Amino acid sequence: MRVFNAVLARDLRVAFRRWSELAHPLIFFSIVVTLFPLALSPEGSQLRDIGTGVLWVATFLSSLLALDGLFRGDADDGSLEQLILSPVPLTIAVLAKVVAHALVTLLPLICLVPFTAYTFNIPSAALPTLVLALLLAAPTLSVLVALGAALTIGLRRGGSIVGLLVLPLTSPLLIFGTRATDLSINGEPTAAPLLLLGALAALAISLGPLAIAAAVKVGLE
Amino acid sequence: MLCGRELAVWRGERCLFEQLHFELGSQQLALLVGANGSGKTTLLRILAGLALPTSGTVTWNGVAVSELAAEARREVAYRGHLEALKRDLTVAENLEFHAALWGREPKLEGLLEELKLVQVAHMRARYLSAGQRRRVALAMLHLSGAKLWLLDEPTTNLDGEGRALLVAWTRRHVDSGGLAVIATHQPEEFATRGTLMIEL
Amino acid sequence: MTMKLPRWFHQLGSPPYVYRLADRLCPWLGAIGVILLAVGSVWGLVIAPADYQQDEVYRIIYIHPQTAYIGMMAYVVMAVAAAIGYVWRLKLAHAVAVSAAPIGAWFTFCALFTGAVWGRPTWGTYWQWGDPRIMFEALLLFLFLGYLALRGAFDDRDKADRVTAILAVVGVVNVPIVHYSVEWWNSLHQTSTLLDEGGPAMTTDMLIPFLIMILAFTLTFYWLLLRRLQAEIIEREGDARWIRELVGEGAP
Repeated sequence: MRVFNAVLARDLRVAFRRWSELAHPLIFFSIVVTLFPLALSPEGSQLRDIGTGVLWVATFLSSLLALDGLFRGDADDGSLEQLILSPVPLTIAVLAKVVAHALVTLLPLICLVPFTAYTFNIPSAALPTLVLALLLAAPTLSVLVALGAALTIGLRRGGSIVGLLVLPLTSPLLIFGTRATDLSINGEPTAAPLLLLGALAALAISLGPLAIAAAVKVGLE
Repeated sequence: MLCGRELAVWRGERCLFEQLHFELGSQQLALLVGANGSGKTTLLRILAGLALPTSGTVTWNGVAVSELAAEARREVAYRGHLEALKRDLTVAENLEFHAALWGREPKLEGLLEELKLVQVAHMRARYLSAGQRRRVALAMLHLSGAKLWLLDEPTTNLDGEGRALLVAWTRRHVDSGGLAVIATHQPEEFATRGTLMIEL
Repeated sequence: MTMKLPRWFHQLGSPPYVYRLADRLCPWLGAIGVILLAVGSVWGLVIAPADYQQDEVYRIIYIHPQTAYIGMMAYVVMAVAAAIGYVWRLKLAHAVAVSAAPIGAWFTFCALFTGAVWGRPTWGTYWQWGDPRIMFEALLLFLFLGYLALRGAFDDRDKADRVTAILAVVGVVNVPIVHYSVEWWNSLHQTSTLLDEGGPAMTTDMLIPFLIMILAFTLTFYWLLLRRLQAEIIEREGDARWIRELVGEGAP
């Protein structure tokens, strides 16, 4: 759809014009990941045990950072109103914004993960599965984060609540994703959790935009 | 044809207005006047379908405005206090996006000349003055090609030339079959014979 | 979305009607609930035979699963009421959702608490991260808390109603998914669960008080819900004439 592309292109363009802000989630991720060896112990075997969990949780937390670009910025300058009023169905515009967020925030994070995984002594044979699992979890995560952003449009301190709302809902992603990674570390077949992640992604993409669009409309009333 | 029936808006215990009826047909202009805080912006947002009244209905060609189909939404343009400009995109980029949203061709050349925006066409919106931002908003209005204009104090920040331009555009729009509802503190600028005045 | 609705549905949309209905129902719910609670407690905590594995401690099976079940039911009630309020724009339905939320949160918290009490003698620790039911109940508590936090953040009550309705519906869709994923996770880690330790199968002498307590807790929940709903109605309707008449009864 041409309009989908137009919204996507616009959001990407706006994001890249402020490219220094793109780095924030990456820096946050790096800091969080660094804190764990500091807090626990730099011993190789212990790191490998916690590595999977640390990487996944750090990724989820970092994805909560770049929320302003999703809706708040557009709400503040009036663009969101125009999107709602335009002939384009809001669900399509919302989906385009979610995709833009995934590309701009999650994709760089996912690129950073393999390097960090290496430092946690996760065997390189497991890295492809780790990346694949993250890619499969990304759509659901983006939808949930966008939903949190939409529910808190216009709240003065909305940012602090989004984590409360979104993180409990991400627990299935965490469970399946870390399971896939651990299985792959042990050399076992990983089809089951990966398929479950894929199923969740399909569910999120089909139903998510509806809920998000509803929340956006109510938020701007 | 824009119809409002028994519109009422309550803010908590306070009644902004009630029992508001009106009908606006083709080639008609309505002016919304009232003191600050009397509900002009609220009413315009309700007419646009962005907000719901406490009671009453608004219909555009017989369909409730909050349930308009895509094609019908193309006919309505709402411009509020915010200009819907992305600060990090250039004027041209903003206008092209808006045209794409409304499914129109972005014919910018003549438009930018008329609005004296040619110099800033490729400047990022963050560097524009308030008056220039208003003019870009006018350009967006023109590009949408809508039949019904809902404008909230559109002359804010415009200099004399800009205001004259807007008045001329409005007259042209209405004369060629369009409708407009404009909230303004200076109704005498727009009013002509046959203008509907709504006082809140 | 407008559909032809039966008359009783419309009556249920009238605050004074519901308020008076609650007044009539509550004494019954309260009385039966208290009786059942008493019967169930005495039966379960005193009369029923001690379990050969866990001895007296297992008796918490007459309280813990019930609180967990009510917590889940409260979330469903909340989500359904919120959805009805959103679709048909019924303020009263939103009032039900708002009333159910804190009650559900408390029951879920009690479930975690009684779980900890059960866990201490069973595992030697108050908290066992591996138990799927505890994990699920913790996540359910977070869902309640998120709902309450979001509610509290809005100044405009109508907006708060509708935004939290969306959250509630998304939450209720997620609850089975979260439940399934936590059970799946547990089956991999093979840690012990409370109910495993509660005895291999429930005999009839255990089952009856168990069910009595479920019924008792359910009635208590609805009693609490209706009372809270009444308070919520009064707060929302504020100065309405029927409230003044209600309060004015007996005032000079």
